[in-house]
Amino acid sequence: MSAVQWRLAGVWGALVALLSLTVGASFLLTGAASIVVSLGIAFAKAALIFWFFMQLRGEHGLIRVFAVGASVWLLILFGLASIDYATR
Amino acid sequence: MTEQAYVSGPYVDAEQQRAAGLMGMYVFLGSEIMLFGGLFAAALVIRVLYPHEVVEASKALHIWIGAINTAVLLTSSLAVAVAVHAARQGQRRTVVMLFAIAAVLGVAFLAIKAFEYSREYADGVLPGFSDPARFTGNVEHLFMNLYLIATALHALHVTVGVALLSGVATFVGTERLLLPRRSIVVENTGLYWHLVDAIWVFLYPVLYLAR
Amino acid sequence: MSIRTLKAGPDRDNLDDRGLSETPAQRTSYLRAGNSLRSWFFTTDHKRIALLYLVSVTIFFFVGGTAAALVRIDLLEPNGLILSNEGYNRAFTLHGVIMVWFFLIPSIPNTFGNFLIPIMIGARDMAFPRLNLASWYIYILGGLFTVYVLISGGVDTGWTFYTPLSSMFANGKVVLAATAVFIVGFSSILTGLNFIVTVHKLRCPGMTWGRLPLFVWSHYATALILVLATPVLAITLALIAAERLFGVGIFNPALGGDPLLYQHLFWFYSHPAVYIMILPALGVVSELVAAAARKPVFGYNFVAGCSIAIAAIGFLVWGHHMFVSGQSIYASAVFSFLSLAVAVPSGIKVYNWTATLYKGHIAIDPPFLFAASFIGLFVVGGLTGLILAMLAVDVHVHDTYFVVAHFHYIMVGGTVAAYFGALHYWWPKITGRLYPLIWGRLTALMIFLGFNLTFFPQFILGYLGMPRRYHHYPPEFHVLNVFSSTGASILAVTYLLPFLYLFWSFRYGDAAGPNPWGATGLEWTIPSPPPKHNFESVPTVDGPPYDYPIEREGRHD
Repeated sequence: MSAVQWRLAGVWGALVALLSLTVGASFLLTGAASIVVSLGIAFAKAALIFWFFMQLRGEHGLIRVFAVGASVWLLILFGLASIDYATR
Repeated sequence: MTEQAYVSGPYVDAEQQRAAGLMGMYVFLGSEIMLFGGLFAAALVIRVLYPHEVVEASKALHIWIGAINTAVLLTSSLAVAVAVHAARQGQRRTVVMLFAIAAVLGVAFLAIKAFEYSREYADGVLPGFSDPARFTGNVEHLFMNLYLIATALHALHVTVGVALLSGVATFVGTERLLLPRRSIVVENTGLYWHLVDAIWVFLYPVLYLAR
Repeated sequence: MSIRTLKAGPDRDNLDDRGLSETPAQRTSYLRAGNSLRSWFFTTDHKRIALLYLVSVTIFFFVGGTAAALVRIDLLEPNGLILSNEGYNRAFTLHGVIMVWFFLIPSIPNTFGNFLIPIMIGARDMAFPRLNLASWYIYILGGLFTVYVLISGGVDTGWTFYTPLSSMFANGKVVLAATAVFIVGFSSILTGLNFIVTVHKLRCPGMTWGRLPLFVWSHYATALILVLATPVLAITLALIAAERLFGVGIFNPALGGDPLLYQHLFWFYSHPAVYIMILPALGVVSELVAAAARKPVFGYNFVAGCSIAIAAIGFLVWGHHMFVSGQSIYASAVFSFLSLAVAVPSGIKVYNWTATLYKGHIAIDPPFLFAASFIGLFVVGGLTGLILAMLAVDVHVHDTYFVVAHFHYIMVGGTVAAYFGALHYWWPKITGRLYPLIWGRLTALMIFLGFNLTFFPQFILGYLGMPRRYHHYPPEFHVLNVFSSTGASILAVTYLLPFLYLFWSFRYGDAAGPNPWGATGLEWTIPSPPPKHNFESVPTVDGPPYDYPIEREGRHD
């Protein structure tokens, strides 16, 4: 296997490890801690997928902006809607 | 000269055409993220309004089936990532083989998902199908509705992805799509598959792991 | 050689000259590159696709206009003149649905944007020509669904499809109407995607971001909104359909759902959608003002940046549609403040257009008259928007004709005026023919007068308390409603007027020549109508945009 293939296999290993971690954490944590950990792990996994599998590490800055732009934009929806639900 | 023959439409060179294709795909993926964003917003609202009931409803889901399915999708993504690398090197056979593996794993995901739905049907918690339904309360019913809509929409995307993977594999295998010149097609198919994977990476904790 | 010489009349000595029906430039243009139906319906030429859109959005404009006419006729009498309660609901709903999704949103971007963006940036076509054509077919498919809804009984929820009205109580074809809008949304997304990639990747050498025409800047901003907001509408309408068909309950409090969540999701799309409708118009007006004043646009960087700022801030204000809905007052306060903020970039644009006109050599031609009426009406629409953004005042005027008048000042006074302005400005480029300017001036003037007569009384009606969406009203509102309907009839006639002289010009108008207005910009450097591939060779840009020699002209005068 080439260096690239080893690297991708390593990323896969990390993803599966994170999966085990998040399943394990779901048995230990509750409430806010559970949300923070499970979403934090989800973001870490997505970051690995975007950075290595989707090859963002080799792309220009503009493509990287386009790749994460929509996700950031969603935070507007979640954030401003939360103001309503948190203070209603 | 042969390179020039593959430049079409409004483009002046192959690099420009590739860059445009890649950017177009990322813009499209952005619209997919926003599409699922509406469902995640609904999940967030339900969780905020009924923290306790949502946790109980989430506990009733089959956490291990979901975990296995996550692993299946992650593995298929690995195959696709390696295939994209091979496509850039012009390794036709490797691309065909790895795309076929990824497509099979995609079908496996759908099969496992169908099995999971059948278990929920038997438990009486699959909305619209289970008759009589045996929900513990309104919120579990609501949560399962959202679960079914979100996972069904995702399964639809997996189905489209499997069709794309098989189609591109066929075209590459029969040399109607020449590599590495048109490797952008393989790359963009791969990007779509990875995004479907990444969306599941968020659906899994939001639906199955609410504690 | 003689083929390239422009001439106004027929050359009777030349047997190849087919007379007035065709100018030499037309003969070598995209209009003559294939005459079969196939060459139009399977074209990937952005200019032909633009014309396909021009015809289809015009048809929907008149369908939506007919619904508006029914509404205005009905309101001539305090107890409703011609429609039943149900019929009135269906008339204003179809008016809204068709005008918003089948006219206003695609109007300027899909016709003039499609036609002009590649030419303005020096490209041969859009980045994805086949996707561009697919987008038109998706639009037509959505349109056919809407026509089916229309003839199979209509829908009565209002264009907003609010729950629980749409999910539990409405009797019309809600699912079909939602499907139509869902489908046409994908047309929007694909068009937006095409614009973004085209502007990023196909600019000709020297066409830097700082040299882009402001029309392109505003369409780029529009495209961002199309791509980021429309998918949220798609999933929301899918949920409405699921709610109605299967009772999924996400918007139904009986199951623990939240009807306000529908409004959050809907307005997360639909408020930015207002900017989808107005931003292209702002771009058109920038072009028209610069060409009319024969001066560089004052503060180019600010006008360009404000397009992006409006697109971004437009996503932060949706809650101002929900002030009296039961939304938390703290959220309302935040949304109120942000809504005031969006007025800043809009105000900068108006200021800069005015400054552009200052000491300009203004040509009182139809494009300028449309632009001028746009500016005036946009200011009125915008300032009444500020009134509505005030929490306390909104309680008084919410859901009254004040709101109706406000958004018609933006949408009709603004966008439709800009649409007609664009049509009058670029018609010589699109067809290669000049139309009689006096008729254009008359149309611009009549639209301005008819519009104000229609909608200004509605501000007063709303302030006095007449609610929207009712067709029975107290007799004291009778006079103002008659004024409004009279204005609407003037508008109806005037909207038909351009048909006559524009079609006349298509055959009998003088040849336009490449640059009839003496304007700057790449689109005026090529023949009118443009040849199939726009440019013989890839152009190079080496100067700033709107490079009018104003100082030199000033000395001569």
